[in-house]
Amino acid sequence: MDTLSYTAILGRILAQFLPVWIALAATFALSFAFRRRLGLYGKLFDSPVGMIGFGIVMFWVFTALFADQIVTFDPYAQFSGMKNKPLGTVLKGAAEGQYSHFLLGGDHLARDVFSRMVMGARSVLSIAPPATLFAFMVGITLGVPAGYFGGRLDTTLSFIANLVLAFPVILLFYLLVTPEIRLTGIPVAMAAVLFLFPILFLTVLLNARFFTDPAKRNLYVGVVLLLGFWAYSGLAFNSDPLGVWRMDPNLLNVFVSVVFVNAPTVFRIVRGIVMDLKARDYVAAGQTRGEGPWYIMLWEILPNARGPLIVDFCLRIGYTTILLGTLGFFGLGVAPDSPDWGSTIDDGRKTLALFPHAAVAPAIALMSLVLGLNLLADGLREESLRD
Amino acid sequence: MPAFIARRLGLMVLTAFVLTFVVFFLTNLPPNLEKLARSEGSVRMSDEAVASWIVQNGHGGSVFSRYGQWLGVVPGWTATDDKGVARGRCFAAGSDPAAAPRFCGVLQGDWGHSTFFKKPVLPALAGMLGATGWLMLWVMIVMVPSALVIGVVSGMREGSRTDRVLSTFSIASTATPEYVSGVILVALLASPVTGLSPLLAEWGWIEGKTLFLGAASPDNISFWSFTLPVMTIALYGIGYIARMTRASMTEVMTAQYIRTARLKGVSFAQVVLRHALRNALIAPFTVIMLQFPWLLNGVVIVETLFNYKGFGWTLVQAAGNNDINLLLGCSVVAVFVVLVTQLVSDIGYVFLNPRIRLS
Repeated sequence: MDTLSYTAILGRILAQFLPVWIALAATFALSFAFRRRLGLYGKLFDSPVGMIGFGIVMFWVFTALFADQIVTFDPYAQFSGMKNKPLGTVLKGAAEGQYSHFLLGGDHLARDVFSRMVMGARSVLSIAPPATLFAFMVGITLGVPAGYFGGRLDTTLSFIANLVLAFPVILLFYLLVTPEIRLTGIPVAMAAVLFLFPILFLTVLLNARFFTDPAKRNLYVGVVLLLGFWAYSGLAFNSDPLGVWRMDPNLLNVFVSVVFVNAPTVFRIVRGIVMDLKARDYVAAGQTRGEGPWYIMLWEILPNARGPLIVDFCLRIGYTTILLGTLGFFGLGVAPDSPDWGSTIDDGRKTLALFPHAAVAPAIALMSLVLGLNLLADGLREESLRD
Repeated sequence: MPAFIARRLGLMVLTAFVLTFVVFFLTNLPPNLEKLARSEGSVRMSDEAVASWIVQNGHGGSVFSRYGQWLGVVPGWTATDDKGVARGRCFAAGSDPAAAPRFCGVLQGDWGHSTFFKKPVLPALAGMLGATGWLMLWVMIVMVPSALVIGVVSGMREGSRTDRVLSTFSIASTATPEYVSGVILVALLASPVTGLSPLLAEWGWIEGKTLFLGAASPDNISFWSFTLPVMTIALYGIGYIARMTRASMTEVMTAQYIRTARLKGVSFAQVVLRHALRNALIAPFTVIMLQFPWLLNGVVIVETLFNYKGFGWTLVQAAGNNDINLLLGCSVVAVFVVLVTQLVSDIGYVFLNPRIRLS
């Protein structure tokens, strides 16, 4: 067996991604067929830019889902003689049923670059979207009342938000994501505060809508509180009695810091939109009807702010991916052998001049995911403005 | 106007105090101090020895009093150690305590001693800032004009093919963080085995092994060593500024007075240069000023990647080596840069835009 040519490598990589292609084709065929009945999501398929972006994003989402089928080797395993080997090198002494080549070469610890890149998608996509969602929960829960009520509440919250924003992000990460800070319990305290916001948001949301119908309200709010605090106890304090929800302390530290960095920006955006929307007629109509402030905020204003918020959500997932990459790049808060893209780039850069493949593969992966999210946001913005 | 500036300055000073306190608190957490004790004293110190080292070196007491000492508004600590030698914040061990000043903190110009550089923080930091200044200067020279040109040209005729191409470039550049573009640029242009360099070397077009250098140093600023770091930082910023400029330009181009000028018979080039440009550049000014904090991020990444010994590299070393005074110094500089640029952008915006009324 010989070292593969570049065309052969490309062909084999494309073949390896087969489950992703099938899933992508199915998604596109179904969405395209029913695009008139799917609202904003369906309209995305009218914009070429949005479609390309959506395609790239879904490519990585499916890669993360099917990573176990796509990888050619165990991403953590080391293979003798494969250290820094170039693209398409034959694995010597491959066992029966084992893949024959290192498609994208080996890294400085003789691990398969391709498998690590694929697994990296899973580790990035399992943190970035949930962290962004939490940041949005915090930003919305604080930003909507700040914009609606204004006054002292707004001044205080804006001052705090500006404080966090005045920190250079990297400095904040170097201060917040360290092994020493985990000993002091500050990440857990931050998690205890930040993770309360989703529960608070959902409770207020449902209560504002259904408080006239106590039976329904008690049911919905009860379910939210039960599920919410179950997850809360596990995620923030690692003390879930059933052991379903738990988070590694390292991961919790990273997660909390990323939410903390993102939330103030979301707060500012939401506050701005709400200040703009609260002068609308339907808000005045709601006030005249005697609706409570929370109902108007969460059921009248917020749905009307969804366009810019969805666009910003896409952009922010991309930004969070970049932040996570930055953390990995500086080796903060990640396990040393983690396959996430930031730390693989960091590993690869030490041998960059002579063996660039180990760093370039994850770099291109990260760039394409963020690019896809930006294009998707652009397409969504175009289509939501068209209404 | 003076009242506005005074209020902004007041807010800025308050923010600076809060931020430096937060940094002080986070860098002086007990585990950090214990680590410092073990690295300065001895690794095998017992827990009691560590505790007494912390107290003897002025890290005991409440965090507020220590912050006050660091700031220079509370008298520096003094202690007499078990050998009977007087020690204190404001004088070297063994010298006369009476001759030393009572206050010595940031406000008096004493930023403490760096354990990493083995010299006082302030001169060490000043040299590093100078090195980063050169990098920033070139980044600005490259980034600002190219971003403005891209933004103005693409916003001039919205929806044209030029606009599409340039907008795609802007989106791609905002999707490429420094650590990605740096890696790709080095692989393409500064690696002796891949990319363009081996080809060019084979053809005899370049003398060395690589087209550009993959490392930079402040003592040797040249086109070969600075191109890649500067491009790496500038690329990420270009896209963002260009998009803002484009948005502002398209808005201006639809304004009534532009149409009037066109109908009057003024040529398109004249309309853009004389009428549109001035108003279109107000918004990007703010964006460019607010890019400074972002550049700080880029600088840290690029200086690490290209091993350029400047401010960003110092910050990484300070954090990595638990050098508390140096990290505090870096934070003060970073916070200062951020707050000053915010102030300048606020005031500049008001000056540039006569429509804003101060009340």
